[in-house]
Amino acid sequence: MADGAQDEGERKQPPDDEAQLSARLQRLGERLANASRPSENGSGPRQTADMSGFARGFRLSSELVAGVLVGAGLGWLLDRWLGTTPWGLMLLGLLGFAAGVLNVMRAAGVVDERRLKD
Amino acid sequence: MDPIHQFQIVNLFPLGKLGASEIAFTNSAAFMLLAVVLLTGFLVLGTAGGRAVPTRLQSAAELTYEFVADMLRSTAGHEGMRFFPFVFTIFMFVLVLNLFGLIPFAFTVTSHVIITAALALTVFFTVLGYGLIRHGFHFFNLFVPKGVPIYILPMIVAIEILSFVSRPISHSVRLFANMLAGHIALKVFAGFIILLGGALGAIGWAGGVLPFAMIVALTALEALVAFLQAYVFAILTCIYLNDAIHPGH
Repeated sequence: MADGAQDEGERKQPPDDEAQLSARLQRLGERLANASRPSENGSGPRQTADMSGFARGFRLSSELVAGVLVGAGLGWLLDRWLGTTPWGLMLLGLLGFAAGVLNVMRAAGVVDERRLKD
Repeated sequence: MDPIHQFQIVNLFPLGKLGASEIAFTNSAAFMLLAVVLLTGFLVLGTAGGRAVPTRLQSAAELTYEFVADMLRSTAGHEGMRFFPFVFTIFMFVLVLNLFGLIPFAFTVTSHVIITAALALTVFFTVLGYGLIRHGFHFFNLFVPKGVPIYILPMIVAIEILSFVSRPISHSVRLFANMLAGHIALKVFAGFIILLGGALGAIGWAGGVLPFAMIVALTALEALVAFLQAYVFAILTCIYLNDAIHPGH
């Protein structure tokens, strides 16, 4: 129940102050670092999840396919509405492919989010 | 013999009509109801005693709580704990439905894309709705990475938006396809035994030991996959919720 109390406390803070947000982010970063440390040398649940290569491979491939499908699908719809065939499908298909690759890299943990965004 | 037959939706009894389409209580709905009843019973009975030295049932209930709470806290931080009921429900629901699928003659609810898509879309709109309510326009910072040169920013934003929109698809397809493929594989190997025995008689039945060994191994694998996919579904939910809570991340 300690979680609930702490949760209440954080909820009462006024949101969306830029400085406060970054402070909060930093706190989260620290907590994340603390939380992920035991699972790196111990045998946390994450280890069991990474164990199955099949599941991992399937996750990555579905990320890529989803990106391409959404891009191409949105492009096709836009073409139908705006009559811009075939440009929407081509452009958004390519962007969707890029999004799929980004998804895969994120899922594989290749992209270091913090270095990219700060 | 037909490996697809196991996924057939059967109307058990009609409930009424909505417009032109008939609303019926199906075998899929029956298994979902069964899962809900089982889970509710498990948690109510498990937490009823509240002993300091837990009984086996209480211990199991506490284990599931700890497991999901740890997962949520490590991905979305303490603030993510307000979504604990949501994530816990999704995880346990999917897990129980996946495990039901392992019981012979049971119906695998999660092998239908409509179910997993509905769950994934619920998560998607929760993330969108909560992010917008909580952060307002700031939520769209999610699509604008910092430190990107202005001349490629429009393209990056488009890619980020597509990446965001593609989430429910990969989220739902992964669970559904894993369950579908595993169960078809089981049925196909089981079919081999019948085919061998039918075609070759006694020698065939003896040779059927090989596919049978394969079925035993596959069933063990399926048990792992059932848990793993429920876990992956839940942890992705946590990761997506984290974006709603901390969009500038």
